[in-house]
Amino acid sequence: MDLSFTKEELAFRDEVRSYLADNLPERISDAVRRGGELTKEMMEEWHAILQRKGWLATIWPKEYGGPGWTPVQKHIFEEECCRAYAPRIVPFGLSMLGPVLIRFGTEEQKAEILPRILDGTDWWCQGYSEPGAGSDLASLKTRAVRDGDEWVINGQKTWTTLGQHANKIFCLCRTDPDAKQQEGISFILVDLDTPGIEMRPIKLIEGGHEVNEVFFTDVRVPYGNLVGEENKGWTIAKYLLTHERTGIAGVGFSMQSLEEVKALARKVKRGGKRLIDDPLFAARIAQAEVDLEAMKITNLRMLFRAQEMGAPGPETSILKIKGTVIHQELKDLARRALGPVAAPFPGYLAEGNIMFGPDGTEHNAARYFNNRKTSIFGGSNEIQRNILSKAALEL
Amino acid sequence: MDFNLTEDRRMLSDSLNRYLGDKYPVEHRNRVAYDLPCHDPEKWDEIAELGALFALAPEEAGGFGGGGFDISVVFEALGRALCPEPVLGAAMAARILTKLGTDQEALLSGATKYAVALAEVDAPYDLSEMACTASASGDGHALSGRKTSVYGGQVADVFIVAAMLDGAPALFAVQAGDAEVVGYPMMDGGGAAELLLDGTPGKLLAADAGAIVQDAINAGIVALCAEAVGAMDVTHATTVDYLKQRKQFGVPIGKFQVLQHRAVDMLTEIEQARSITIKAAAELDGPDAARFASMAKNMIGRAARLVAEEAIQMHGGIAMTWEYPVSHYAKRLVMLDAQLGDTDYHLSRIMADLAA
Ligand SMILES: Cc1cc2nc3c(=O)[nH]c(=O)nc-3n(C[C@H](O)[C@H](O)[C@H](O)COP(=O)(O)OP(=O)(O)OC[C@H]3O[C@@H](n4cnc5c(N)ncnc54)[C@H](O)[C@@H]3O)c2cc1C
Repeated sequence: MDLSFTKEELAFRDEVRSYLADNLPERISDAVRRGGELTKEMMEEWHAILQRKGWLATIWPKEYGGPGWTPVQKHIFEEECCRAYAPRIVPFGLSMLGPVLIRFGTEEQKAEILPRILDGTDWWCQGYSEPGAGSDLASLKTRAVRDGDEWVINGQKTWTTLGQHANKIFCLCRTDPDAKQQEGISFILVDLDTPGIEMRPIKLIEGGHEVNEVFFTDVRVPYGNLVGEENKGWTIAKYLLTHERTGIAGVGFSMQSLEEVKALARKVKRGGKRLIDDPLFAARIAQAEVDLEAMKITNLRMLFRAQEMGAPGPETSILKIKGTVIHQELKDLARRALGPVAAPFPGYLAEGNIMFGPDGTEHNAARYFNNRKTSIFGGSNEIQRNILSKAALEL
Repeated sequence: MDFNLTEDRRMLSDSLNRYLGDKYPVEHRNRVAYDLPCHDPEKWDEIAELGALFALAPEEAGGFGGGGFDISVVFEALGRALCPEPVLGAAMAARILTKLGTDQEALLSGATKYAVALAEVDAPYDLSEMACTASASGDGHALSGRKTSVYGGQVADVFIVAAMLDGAPALFAVQAGDAEVVGYPMMDGGGAAELLLDGTPGKLLAADAGAIVQDAINAGIVALCAEAVGAMDVTHATTVDYLKQRKQFGVPIGKFQVLQHRAVDMLTEIEQARSITIKAAAELDGPDAARFASMAKNMIGRAARLVAEEAIQMHGGIAMTWEYPVSHYAKRLVMLDAQLGDTDYHLSRIMADLAA
């Protein structure tokens, strides 16, 4: 057993680190550090910077424009991006639709769509969930009916993340209402400019706008927008949900949060002493650090296993469950450390010169609340446990 | 032993719950709570007319209550409705003015709004470390320093301010118009203010006021704990209701045993929280009031976080939205931990008792 990176991996890490240092604009990393909402322009700018270097579509094969990295390289890259406070890659085109097209798309679809994801022409969003179909995604009702060489779509999608920036949406639609639930679903691409589509914002708990609902009324798109076979969309949906995702544990983000909490606890004063000298608070940080240290290795172990087996197994659900819980705990500490000073609604005193907590902490309470989402979306932590108990434990 | 409320308190509880349910529904609450002044003057007057403020002081001080259970009855109702009105300041100020024998007719009628300014940025919980100072100036005193997160301070007419005078904590009345008051809405709704004092005139209420301040904190803790119990009850009931309504995989999600057990765990924690709050209220005028207040605040800090987080998780995405009331209850439940000492701070006080 050897936990150290190879010489080549260390050289790669240094290369990533220096590229980020030279190319990630401080304006953008500063916005990430502060934890407010990023603008569309910032996300697009960051994508373009990575694409210049060929590092944007990190999980695509080389022939489609990916860098051809090993899982360990992808891991190193993600960790370095977190360390540098780079924005997260917007995943819908790059990590979701891209791999789906590469696996299931026609040559025309690949040739037409993939380059537009890479150069930022298209911003995709994910139309899976519906008001009545969350954990039980296969019960979705949005209907697509074939009419000559067109699909006619009616129904509603919801929770569409960053749909307000998107010009395209990939949807799971019911195309055979008489088949067994999973067998009547198709994967269809839709241009959001098509008549009959209405998008409405959903305001989240902390006041932010990152999700939307999308209504479809007699929306007509070409039949050729179907990806894969008709009524075989569930296979694609499953592929998308289970295919290799190195970032699922969010280790890099937790490392970032841990450093922030430590720095904060050194700055915050509690009655003449630093908060970090309060044994109760220090114990909370130390506990989270132990959990995270173990998670880093659990993450790497599962990455290696996936590499050996050729595909990730159900154990990756462990990464989702524990990874989100650790990250949420750290966000709790970042809020807790500020005490009552975390309370002001962010942005309200932007014009004034009153400082509350240390610089850059005004969103700490908002981030804590917003991050409750991570144990709900992408398969809730309860669903992950169901997967584990069935597939790993055979219970 | 009797765990029933007296007839008077039950009536107050019923009428407040009914009034707030009718006139301060959560949609109205959300319109009021997140924008300055975070206060609805008409509703404030009506809440006062119902006796919610008179209940905060004993008869000899012009009220009709003033005990721990009077405070808890009022705040449990406020918590159920997530009411953002600045009643906490009134409750703590009434305790202080009662101890000092000062007239408080204007407070109890709601005509004058009080806020109590204790916390500081570098000393949010342990006031022995506060840096605000007062010194004699002319006939009165001049105060300097900054008080933070003064709940209700954004609309207060009068601040009762704790500041060090000759090395001991003292209490002063500061008129809002004499100080720089920077108000803002909070993450969990409701308003607060930063109080910036710079040679600001203050009327000395009590020198060497450590015991009076502690009593006001104990009363404030009973209020916050009761508010949390009310808010937890509603959050839990809403969650259980949702478990029965929401269907996935062809069944109500409440059929999944893992969710059943967790809903039961929430209930257990809420009952424990209710019990310790009753204990703190019962002991409010006794010799160990501070100890039981600390126990209550420590437990509420833990229970309220659990209830908030579990309620969101068991709802799924819907409770992540602004539109769904549970999100606002969850924010309040989590954020009230940082008022008047958080769960760790109060644990450390109980630990200090162990060592003593
Ligand atoms: C911020 C945010 C962004 C999102 N972005 C997107 C997006 O871009 N595109 C998209 O398509 N979707 C998105 N989602 C939707 C997300 O995937 C769903 O919220 C998730 O699948 C859960 O569904 P639900 O919210 O309907 O909860 P429900 O499925 O109704 O679940 C409610 C509760 O029941 C539990 N539960 C359900 N079934 C079981 C079971 N069998 N056993 C035990 N417990 C169970 C759940 O774990 C949860 O605790 C987003 C959600 C959020 C909150």
